[in-house]
Amino acid sequence: MTYIPISPAERDAMLKTVGVKSLDDLFEAVPAKHRFPELNLPPALTEMEAAAQLGEMASTNENVREHLISFLGAGAYHHYVPSVVDHMLRRGEFYTAYTPYQPEISQGTLQAIFEYQSLMTNLTGMEVSNASHYDGATAAAEAVNLAFAQFRGKRKKLVLSPAVNPQYREVIRTYTQGMGVDTAGDDAENHDDGPEALIPLIDESTMMVTVQYPDFFGRIYDYTDLINAAHEKGALVCVVANPTALVMLKTPGEMGADIVVGEAQPFGIPLWYGGPYLGFFTTKKSYVHKMAGRLVGETVDVRGNRSYVLTLTAREQHIKRERATSNICTNQGLLALCASVYMSTLGKQGLQEVANLCYQKAHYAAAELSKIDGFGLCHTEPYFHEFVLCCPKPASEVNQYLLDNGILGGYDLGKDYPDMQNHLLVAVTEMNSRDEIDTLVEILKEM
Amino acid sequence: MNTPSNLKYTKSDEWFDPATGAAGITDYAQNQLSDIVFVEILVEEGEEVSVGKAIASVESVKASSEIYAPAAGKVSAVNKGLSDKPETLNSDPYGEGWMIKIEGGAAGEVMDAAGYETYCEGRSH
Amino acid sequence: MANIIEPTIFELSSPGRRGVTMPASDVPVAALPPKELLRSELPLPELAEVDVVRHYMILSKFNYSVDEGFYPLGSCTMKYNPKINEDTCRLPGFLFTHPLQPIETVQGNLVLMYEMQEWLKEISGFAGVTLQPAAGAHGEFTGVLMMAAYHKLRGDTKRTKMLIPDAAHGTNPASVGMLGMQVVTIPSDSRGNVDLEKLKAACDDTVVGMMLTNPNTLGMFDEHIEEVVKLVKDCGGLMYGDGANLNALLGIVRPGDLGFDVMHFNLHKTFSVPHGGGGPGSGPVGVSQRLVDFLPSPLVGIVEEGDDEMAPLYGFVTPKNSIGRMKAFHGHFGGGLVRAYTYIAMHGPDGLKDIAQYAVLNANYLQARLRDTYHIPFDRICMHEFVMEGQFEGSDVRALDISKRLMDYNFHPPTNYFPLIVHEALMIEPTETENKDTLDRFADVLIKIAEEAKTQPDLLHNAPITTQFGRMDEVKAARELVLCCWLPENYEQLV
Repeated sequence: MTYIPISPAERDAMLKTVGVKSLDDLFEAVPAKHRFPELNLPPALTEMEAAAQLGEMASTNENVREHLISFLGAGAYHHYVPSVVDHMLRRGEFYTAYTPYQPEISQGTLQAIFEYQSLMTNLTGMEVSNASHYDGATAAAEAVNLAFAQFRGKRKKLVLSPAVNPQYREVIRTYTQGMGVDTAGDDAENHDDGPEALIPLIDESTMMVTVQYPDFFGRIYDYTDLINAAHEKGALVCVVANPTALVMLKTPGEMGADIVVGEAQPFGIPLWYGGPYLGFFTTKKSYVHKMAGRLVGETVDVRGNRSYVLTLTAREQHIKRERATSNICTNQGLLALCASVYMSTLGKQGLQEVANLCYQKAHYAAAELSKIDGFGLCHTEPYFHEFVLCCPKPASEVNQYLLDNGILGGYDLGKDYPDMQNHLLVAVTEMNSRDEIDTLVEILKEM
Repeated sequence: MNTPSNLKYTKSDEWFDPATGAAGITDYAQNQLSDIVFVEILVEEGEEVSVGKAIASVESVKASSEIYAPAAGKVSAVNKGLSDKPETLNSDPYGEGWMIKIEGGAAGEVMDAAGYETYCEGRSH
Repeated sequence: MANIIEPTIFELSSPGRRGVTMPASDVPVAALPPKELLRSELPLPELAEVDVVRHYMILSKFNYSVDEGFYPLGSCTMKYNPKINEDTCRLPGFLFTHPLQPIETVQGNLVLMYEMQEWLKEISGFAGVTLQPAAGAHGEFTGVLMMAAYHKLRGDTKRTKMLIPDAAHGTNPASVGMLGMQVVTIPSDSRGNVDLEKLKAACDDTVVGMMLTNPNTLGMFDEHIEEVVKLVKDCGGLMYGDGANLNALLGIVRPGDLGFDVMHFNLHKTFSVPHGGGGPGSGPVGVSQRLVDFLPSPLVGIVEEGDDEMAPLYGFVTPKNSIGRMKAFHGHFGGGLVRAYTYIAMHGPDGLKDIAQYAVLNANYLQARLRDTYHIPFDRICMHEFVMEGQFEGSDVRALDISKRLMDYNFHPPTNYFPLIVHEALMIEPTETENKDTLDRFADVLIKIAEEAKTQPDLLHNAPITTQFGRMDEVKAARELVLCCWLPENYEQLV
């Protein structure tokens, strides 16, 4: 298959204009001994063959729509995506455009991002949103970058709750390994502690406190006291939040958070085996100059039309180079559009219905599961759509048994928390029918 | 280009007033940066600065620049109002747009007004 | 009061209007959390489905796109995005697999990732590849972290300097800045190559390595590439290759063979993953043998060898000295890797070489057609792009004006004001997916605009005039900072 629209005769005419005899003659600057390597790759397929091959690969997987009943979350959630969403994403005008550097002919992308920013600030209760980051984990790491830049490297302590998603904590560690950051609190053994246990760790050298809401185990805490304690020491607080839960719960903005980040995959983005997803990043206006990533602002054009442009671009790498807070360049543009269409199509009431279904079904599942001998809820705190189930056997065995019965169980917490081998993190969304939940309960009863 | 004769100038386009210890960016610099939208003073009152230390960061619509101390000494005042009105750097760089005052300031390598004008002309080609 | 062409989604909202509704609950009602934990209001729009569709359709028409026309944006490789990719990446087996599923249930995904790693290794000549990085800049950061970790493990702690040519992308120094290293800028010589004498002077035992884009952002293949690599390696440094311009090298030369130690791929440039209005990208990283143990974790590997009857079992492996995890899960699988895999599978070795050859032919053809009208400061056979000056003797017309005027002729402008070392730069990358007629029309228009610059310069200063929107007030946007909007009923209390 080729997508090159040039005939041999046209090619020859063009070569003549350039003044060379053959295509190969264009590459004389390339060292001769390495020029034109033989690539050992499979021979080219036609479109028909490629479609068949990819179809076969995809069908080798067991997926959560056709094969498996899923109760797996832990950072990626199976939600219903209204049909409209993909129809809009398939518009070539959106997906084959570049970053809107030429605003006169990019108002579609720019207004869509401006609306995305507005949807996210209204959801989180914050003042400013950027145009998005790669995913929730990297957004959490960029929040640490912001704090580091805000204190100009003079404060280097990060208080990190052990109940933040383990992958996010890993990414923060990777990102900050050259910055000399001193991390406190991030100890897997302390997983049962509430937010008050973090307060004694906050001191005058603390740049940021990072917590999750609901936390990795599903627990809902009001972080107001923690945030006040951090602010007393001059430290910032970043809350990693689940967007579906925010539809129902008190916003981190109301609690006084400085930065609210998270994974917006639940808002219309397919599971897609882990990506691409959408990291949202919202903060207060006073930190906007230290925030990484693209930002769209409202303005007018010369004809007096309201319009939108990328603004405060001098913060970014292409101008500020090595002094920039981050090297980030791309955002997740198309997926920000995806989240916007999702939120708009469901609207306020539809989103509330989704959140409520998740909550109700999770609570039904938790109630029924804890009736089984040997099983029980590990925590007593309020939860949203995810909770920890204490099992009479290692979670890995429970999951294997469930898989043999066509069920994708929860997340095995023993992988990250050594003393939680018998603990299963169970997620329930609007996609799980009562029948599915009852099936899960029945199968576990038989185990 | 406005170049007051009582001031001293650096090659990196800062001015320094030996009489008052005030320092800021030159008219030439503000013009090159164009519309300034953000200023952050990077030093605090009481802090000792050496010549060439970054004292402020300035961002315009198109560019970003660090501003360096033209003299060594103790920072006796910081223009706190600047961050709310960064456009002052465009409209009045030598007056309301002063950035910090350096007490007992020993200037580094500086030019007088005539020397700075010649230096700027040499760069505009 | 500004004229509103299309209201925002918030302004279109009307309380009580419904879009997609959800089924009623089929479980008993559970009590909600205590009131103190609930939000008091949810200030989000309320619209019908048709309102949403019309709104986004109208917005889409405000955009210029590759599907509509020529998009010669230098350094961005705005090639045609095959439609089949849009179908393969949406196959249910890919869409509906959870990233934490047991590996036995996702062998299709893992085989695809494993083969992608192998293919990228073969295309680039590297010993190992990670698919995890989310974009080019993310891949760069990954690469620089590995370079730092390599020296650190050897106890070579005095290495703090990164050599970066003056023509580099801004992400290069920014990646280095994230690790607190110092940037040493290396100038270009008169033919657009790295200045060897200046490089020689900068090479010592404090050098981490060099980040080189080759072909560089002038579109030039460095004529002394082997000497450059040797100088950096002789002082103990590592060579980083910015793969942004890989489209020119497919089947032409492998960066690994030239001695590079690490390079990021931009699947959204070279391998036709659509740019999506600014993302998502996908930025796998390839490394030479001495860096394979530092790759991010996890990689896809064979965890149980197969035999005649059983296929091998693919799973995840962690390199010995891994720098750690760069993002949650496994990289941009669905939107990035599946599309790029489809594209490479349809091209094969010869097809990939064709891509590079025709990308380079198209750039050279345009350069030849424009050489007599525009000044080209580094004028020799270019690779996939070239840079010319958007200014004329005795005229106040700037590159920006030429760019804006191109919109009036329904072309997307080239990249402006980059690289920084060319005055009034116009950086043109046609890609291989444009035909001769389009290139001729584009060249004709640029020649006509050069004439207009002399005879009617105001046409350029005021351009664009035929587009729906005119030039924007960027100062107002930056000074007034209106960064979001609210529901009309919430406006007064919030503003």
